[in-house]
Amino acid sequence: MMLTAQSLSVRYGERTVLNNVSFDLDAGQWLMVVGPNGAGKSTLLGAIAQSVPYKGKVTVLGQDARHMRARKLARMLGVLAQNHRVGYGFSVEEVVALGRYAHRGHVFAARDPKGEEMVEHALKLTGMDALRKQSVLTLSGGELQRTFLAQVFAQNPDILLLDEPSNHLDLKYQREIYALIAQWLSQPGRAVLSVVHDLSLARKYGTHALLMEAGHAVHQGVCHQVLTRDNLQAVYDMDVVGWLKELLSVWAE
Amino acid sequence: MATLHGEGFRPVTYLFMTGLLLFTLILCLCVGSVMIPLADTFDVLWSALKGNPSGTQAHQSILLHVRMPRVLCVGLSGAALSLGGAAMQGLLRNPLAEGSTLGVSSGASLGAVLAIALGLSIPGIPLVGTAAMAVLFAFMSLMLILSLSLVLDKSLSTNTLILVGVVFSMFVSSIINIVIALFSKKLHSITFWTMGSLAGSSYADAAMLAVALLLSGLVLFPLAEELNAFAVGEQNAQHVGVSVKRVKLITMISVCVLVGVCVAVGGTIGFVGLVVPHIVRLIFGPNHKRLLPGAAFLGAVFLLLSDLAARTLFRPAELPIGVVTSLVGAVVFVSILFRSRKAAQS
Repeated sequence: MMLTAQSLSVRYGERTVLNNVSFDLDAGQWLMVVGPNGAGKSTLLGAIAQSVPYKGKVTVLGQDARHMRARKLARMLGVLAQNHRVGYGFSVEEVVALGRYAHRGHVFAARDPKGEEMVEHALKLTGMDALRKQSVLTLSGGELQRTFLAQVFAQNPDILLLDEPSNHLDLKYQREIYALIAQWLSQPGRAVLSVVHDLSLARKYGTHALLMEAGHAVHQGVCHQVLTRDNLQAVYDMDVVGWLKELLSVWAE
Repeated sequence: MATLHGEGFRPVTYLFMTGLLLFTLILCLCVGSVMIPLADTFDVLWSALKGNPSGTQAHQSILLHVRMPRVLCVGLSGAALSLGGAAMQGLLRNPLAEGSTLGVSSGASLGAVLAIALGLSIPGIPLVGTAAMAVLFAFMSLMLILSLSLVLDKSLSTNTLILVGVVFSMFVSSIINIVIALFSKKLHSITFWTMGSLAGSSYADAAMLAVALLLSGLVLFPLAEELNAFAVGEQNAQHVGVSVKRVKLITMISVCVLVGVCVAVGGTIGFVGLVVPHIVRLIFGPNHKRLLPGAAFLGAVFLLLSDLAARTLFRPAELPIGVVTSLVGAVVFVSILFRSRKAAQS
């Protein structure tokens, strides 16, 4: 098992935003975490990434994430946040190269023979090669998202944690980014967990799904068994599938 | 390939900056209310180095006992304040964060005033007690200011930090006045210190500044890459594998040592840590591999030139050095504020 979450709970003051959530993620799986606003999806991702204090246990490749050194964890887990707020005018390639931090060792033993190649590859893969010298302060939302995706690819972890990976992206890049992640996942020993709002994307690319509501995991398992009309209707309190079909029907010729 | 990892200065840039610093040092030694010719300056310095002082008695006295310790203290303070400012701005991802704007310098002043009022000193090296208290109070102030800012605004925005810094500085100023009122017997020493000047600096002051700069430099320079990660974003720093709590604590302690010792020696000199990193960032970019050494070198040059201006502009009257740095600093401060507001709007 690549990633295991056992009884994860998160409280903000008196409010419980994540309540006893458990799941497993195996190699080759793409787990889609879905649910309405406020369901606790991003909090779950934050807890796994160790950026939110939680109760319970997260095991990454057999080791307790809570007791792992930050560098070691970053070599196993790559995280793409939903929003990026960069303070200074670093160039795109500088931000992408930061993804190699965990592979370089400490200042007196700073060697990363594969680093340059990985950064180049990530820049090309995400289409950011042409903008490599540009300041990140001048990028559009989509370009910034692709820059940070390139950083995660350069980081080359075993597991990707993605919070709305197609956030800010137009349809062309949305399709390309999902195809890229699927291609990345096709290599052995890799797994992806992503928080998504677009249920069609979740259904198309996910192998597994975790359906959340008010901090609870209400359904989990193989994607097409979890994201059913009835399950979605119960969680979203509307006929989700009917609505998606109605939206699609406007394109009928 | 330019990366965040291997982007330090080339040796030729270090050579240029060292040359610039030496030129400024010599200029500051020669120029003043009494002009000393370059040849005489070299003669006095060279013979003093050989242990056989020569030259006129007046030149010897001015150069070796007045200007040299002052110039050394000014240069070291400039380097220390700029280095501290650059590190703090990277850590907090905020170009307006530095000792005087955050209120840390005011906290350090309170520590120093308390040390003087309570007579806390080590026999033989009296300034150590003042410096230790200044560093301690600088750190406690920073903790308090950041905690308060975080409670008000989790993103630690510029406005919140500056506002809390201003309020804290005013609060501390009141406490200092209360201390002065309570310890009226020490009024003379406290007032003398609060007037804050590097004019009467000694070689012992310079040595203390040098030790603080060396120790903090040894800690901060190897953290350049971690500070780059913080400057991109604290959350991102954690995601790429930076041990955020450790780096934060080490950086804050180092900055407080720099600010505290500078305040103990020369009082509060505002805006140095804001102006210089801003200019260095404009010239060399935001990468801390260049920013930290660049800020240290140019910080020394900036404060030396500010001190020179303070000494010579209205000869024989002398301006406090903080007046010059604040004049330049206020303009840069407003320009950064405008730029960040513009960036936020876009």
